[in-house]
Amino acid sequence: MLTRKIKRKLSNYGETVQNEDANSDSSDLTDKLGTNDEDEAPVNEYVDHDTSDEEDIRNTIGNVPMNWYDEYKHIGYDWDGEQIEKGATRDQLDAFLQRIEDPEFWRTVKDPQTGRDVVLSDDDVNLIKRINAQRVPDEGFDEYAPWIEWFTGEVMKMPLRKFPEHKRSFLPSKNEAKQVSKLVHALKMGWIKSNSYYKKLKAKKKDRFYMLWQSDTDAERMRRVHDHIPAPKRFLPGHAESYNPPSEYLFDERELEQWNKQKETPWKRKLHFIPEKYKTLREVPAYPRFIKERFLRCMDLYLCPRGIKLKLTIEPEALVPKLPSPKNLQPFPTFLAIEYKGHDDMIRCIDTDKTGQYLVSGSDDSTIKIWEVNTGRCLKTVETEDVVRSVKWCPNSALSLILIASGNKVILLNPNVGDFLINSKTDSVLRDSPKSDTVISERVRTTVQWQEPSDAEYIKGYRAVLVHFKEVTHVTWHGKGDYFAVVMPDGQNRSVLIGQVSKRRSQLPFTRPKGLVQSVIFHPSKPYLFVATQRHVRVYDLMEQTLVKKLVSNSQWIATMDVHPGGDNLLVGTYDRKVLWFDLDLSTKPYQTLRLHGTAVRGVCYHKRYPLFASCSDDKSLIVSHGMVYNDLMQNPLIVPLKRFEDHKKTNDFGLFNVCFHPLQPWVFSAGADGTIKLYCN
Amino acid sequence: MVAKRKKKFTSGEGARYITRRGALKKLQLSLKDFRRLCILKGIYPREPRNRNKAQKGRSGIKTLYHMKDILFLMQEPIIWKLRDMKVFFRKVQRSRTIKEYGEMHKLLRKHPTLKLDNIVKERYPTYIDALRDLDDCLTLCFLFSTFPTLEHIGRDLFTLCRRLTVEFMHAVIHAKALRKVFISIKGYYYQVEIKGVTITWIVPHQFSYQPQRGDVDFKIMSTFVEFYVIMLGFVNYRLYHSLNLFYPPKLSTENLPINDKSLVDKQALASERIAALNLSLNKTSEAVDEEVQLDEFPENSTSEHMEEAKKEAEKIKKVKTLFQGLKFFLNREVPRESLVFIIRCCGGDVSWDKTLFVGSTFDEDDETITHQIADRPIIDKQYISRYYVQPQWVFDCINASELLPVNKYFIGEILPPHLSPFVDKDRDSYQQYIPPEEVKLRDPSSVPEEDDSEDELQINDVETKNESGSEENESDDDTEKMDEEENVKEIQTKKLVVKPGTVEKEDPWQKHRLEKQEYRLREKMVKNKHRRLYRSMMEGKKKRSKEVWLLKKKRRVLDEEVKTAKRTK
Repeated sequence: MLTRKIKRKLSNYGETVQNEDANSDSSDLTDKLGTNDEDEAPVNEYVDHDTSDEEDIRNTIGNVPMNWYDEYKHIGYDWDGEQIEKGATRDQLDAFLQRIEDPEFWRTVKDPQTGRDVVLSDDDVNLIKRINAQRVPDEGFDEYAPWIEWFTGEVMKMPLRKFPEHKRSFLPSKNEAKQVSKLVHALKMGWIKSNSYYKKLKAKKKDRFYMLWQSDTDAERMRRVHDHIPAPKRFLPGHAESYNPPSEYLFDERELEQWNKQKETPWKRKLHFIPEKYKTLREVPAYPRFIKERFLRCMDLYLCPRGIKLKLTIEPEALVPKLPSPKNLQPFPTFLAIEYKGHDDMIRCIDTDKTGQYLVSGSDDSTIKIWEVNTGRCLKTVETEDVVRSVKWCPNSALSLILIASGNKVILLNPNVGDFLINSKTDSVLRDSPKSDTVISERVRTTVQWQEPSDAEYIKGYRAVLVHFKEVTHVTWHGKGDYFAVVMPDGQNRSVLIGQVSKRRSQLPFTRPKGLVQSVIFHPSKPYLFVATQRHVRVYDLMEQTLVKKLVSNSQWIATMDVHPGGDNLLVGTYDRKVLWFDLDLSTKPYQTLRLHGTAVRGVCYHKRYPLFASCSDDKSLIVSHGMVYNDLMQNPLIVPLKRFEDHKKTNDFGLFNVCFHPLQPWVFSAGADGTIKLYCN
Repeated sequence: MVAKRKKKFTSGEGARYITRRGALKKLQLSLKDFRRLCILKGIYPREPRNRNKAQKGRSGIKTLYHMKDILFLMQEPIIWKLRDMKVFFRKVQRSRTIKEYGEMHKLLRKHPTLKLDNIVKERYPTYIDALRDLDDCLTLCFLFSTFPTLEHIGRDLFTLCRRLTVEFMHAVIHAKALRKVFISIKGYYYQVEIKGVTITWIVPHQFSYQPQRGDVDFKIMSTFVEFYVIMLGFVNYRLYHSLNLFYPPKLSTENLPINDKSLVDKQALASERIAALNLSLNKTSEAVDEEVQLDEFPENSTSEHMEEAKKEAEKIKKVKTLFQGLKFFLNREVPRESLVFIIRCCGGDVSWDKTLFVGSTFDEDDETITHQIADRPIIDKQYISRYYVQPQWVFDCINASELLPVNKYFIGEILPPHLSPFVDKDRDSYQQYIPPEEVKLRDPSSVPEEDDSEDELQINDVETKNESGSEENESDDDTEKMDEEENVKEIQTKKLVVKPGTVEKEDPWQKHRLEKQEYRLREKMVKNKHRRLYRSMMEGKKKRSKEVWLLKKKRRVLDEEVKTAKRTK
């Protein structure tokens, strides 16, 4: 018993020594500065006096054998009901190692009650030595001091108080016991926690941060948000947001007004704030919308739908196709050379003769004029009775004939220009109408009647007059110059008519109406006829009398068309601003759709020799393009717009009506609604 | 037997998304709790590829969440915590209404708190990811650190924000990570580079808190902050460790002035001292900062890039030691915290009046002070040994990464414009306006000192000439015609002579016009597929160039005004 007491005392001593060491360590000022409450050594209030048994907190298990706690990690409980940790148990090897390494090992003892190692101080060792020598343990104890009688054995005669102590003072309070038991129960059940627990919790809260990520780049595997899209960052500020921007960034009155006007639609503003300029930094006030902006950003972060959107990084120029430079594609018409003036009204149609010396034009003033190309002189004016809608020079160089569509008449006219021999020969050929036995069917007869011109008309040059039952809008020659085709859009199933000059006979190729026929054209080498209705172009074989192909235009209304001299490509102009290039070998859909013009396209034309084509439209513009067709079937045609001319004036919302190439030179004629014809040369 | 017909929207886009109302129903949460959960977990609505299908054919625009996101939320333990909280508040409310305050206090002691550590780790798999997303976090934390206490938001949130932001600033100072600064009308922008990630945040000007009228919900913002402080704390922890600093920061003694040592042990004062940003922190170990040298690549195709990168590295190195050896003294009217922060980031010493704030290291009468930063027109007692400059000088120096001449920044001077360092340096001058000051700053040799404005004017003139070229050209033609007529007259009067031929020069304007025409034609050959895109791109380009033109015009007018003012003087 005595030894136990002493040991306890010893250990107390040890603790005080250790604490003093700790205090001296922590007396370093700096340590205290940063860490606010850690290292605060528990003050030992029993340094100066001996402790009584009850106050030793380290053994709370009572006087029971220690081996009862062998299986547990703790020994008893502290005041807060927390388990007291046992020191780490060592095996023999550890003990041996420590014996070798630790110089203090000889004075280390194990406290059987707490299971901890205690290093004995020099005083302790002295004490033990004195006890072993059976001397009084305390060195300073005077064995031979005079006796002081603290408690006297004499009994007082009279009691101090008149009445005996109340019974209550000898019994424990029941009420208190009840409350205590309640608290104990609550503690046991974990309903309430002790104060120190909350204190500890608070302390824990303070250093709740730890090394969350062990390395910079390696991610721990765990379930995360599926397919995460990080929020985009805010735009960084430009010069305009500066407190002292260059003055040009400040709003002038107009911009300010505009800014204020867009109050309802703030996203349309070019800046989301009004730039301001302050002379010095101290004048800058707090930004009134700062909190609001932050709040909006927060709302965006959690409420704005996120999606991945691809952003184009190309320049718009990259979308424009790379085409060869027009300089390398010469020759093509580049400037306005001659203007042919003389018509009083819109010129609807023009055509050149085979040699390229003469030009014929038909106008709304119901005249046709024949011009000399090189001089711009009007050689002849022939008056007809109605608006001239179409003129075509006969492609046969041995004949001097012009086909004129004027009202519901088609006139074969000998212009009497150029080679005299040819003129006279033409006249002689057409003088006598050939006699034939074939009976003209009723259907044809009601459609067209071949008439001999009157004398006056003959002098004008008329060689034959065909009177149709409806207005004729378009005529075209076959390549050989014998056959020609006539279009009457209102003629229903009799809208296309094919005539033969040599036999003075007409025939109707179609029995059923195929829609509003706009234009027809013969294939340059094969016996094919292209018929353009409102939306489709049909290709007929005239020999076999079958439909070869039906081209789909994808446009609302076809205006005009022209066939490439090779015969494999077709150019179609439409009233809905498009120029369509059909490659007949490729497909029935356009090979290329050119949107070169701003308004309805009225005329398209291929050059007979050069790889050129032209288109004209109501936006007064004539566009000459390069259209190279290769013999190699594998290579698609190359189309390059080359030059745009805009010299005609607009009259009654019409610009240009017709366009026509010179048969030999890379020159182009354009017929305008302003009553002039213009020639562009290279 | 006929196979059962498949119901619509049970697979594909229709099944992939769920509306917010549907999500609430599925999670059995109130909107308030759902919002909180979404903010903490970083769940956001998604933009579906096909909204009609995703909304199961319903009209209008609904907030759609990804089904997987909602399922992900469903297994989140925090949901239970939120439900517990609901119960808890009900209990507190009850004890309050029946006036059992003891019970209430007992309950309030057990106030449940959310543990967000795991969510931080889950949302940011790596430290770098967290750094990447730090912009909003820092801006909001800096804002909240300036707030007074608000209703419904715990007071310790604000103090924690303050603590963490100060800690972060200390880390930046130690890492010398500051790259760019900018004073805008909204506040101070700082850009730092940590681990190769650039982080930009805004600190509002003083007195930024203003009561908001209904349109700002501080509760939502505080939920964000609740998450951000945890994230910032962990980032700070790692940052401090990578810099060999103690994490709850400790001040080092060597820099402490001796007379203050008696006060040091007071806890509050220590934190204030840390907040002063003026003393460096204790290091766990003195590690030598290793300079990262750019590797040399022999004769590479990207030598230009290398050159540029080297230049950039050089610049950064310069910024780090920009104010080394300089001593700054701040007058009381300048924004102390931001200036101390940036000056210390660049290696300068700084102090202020002792009575202004704790942590000043030297007094105004110190003869070794090189710069005094003041923001008032006149100072009565001036020392000859130092420059009195306005605060903008410090900011401009850092952006220019060199010490700019101080003469334009003296007190009372009209300051040169403060330019943003964040604008794109390689931008197209036709697409974006570059003020002449910036041109000068980028290449000082390009513009001579004095008549730079005139040069600019001339350049502008030429450009405007080009823009309004067609008209002028016509008028030119007219004049030419007139000239020709005169020539003819002259010729008629004089005798016929043979004149030496003149070399015909190609008119650049004519050539330009031709090229433009050709381009216009070529433009019409844009593929049908790209037509609309092309048009909109060109429209944008036009709009931008118009903006540039407008700014240039304004500048020209202003310059002329200044010039005339000078002349009249």
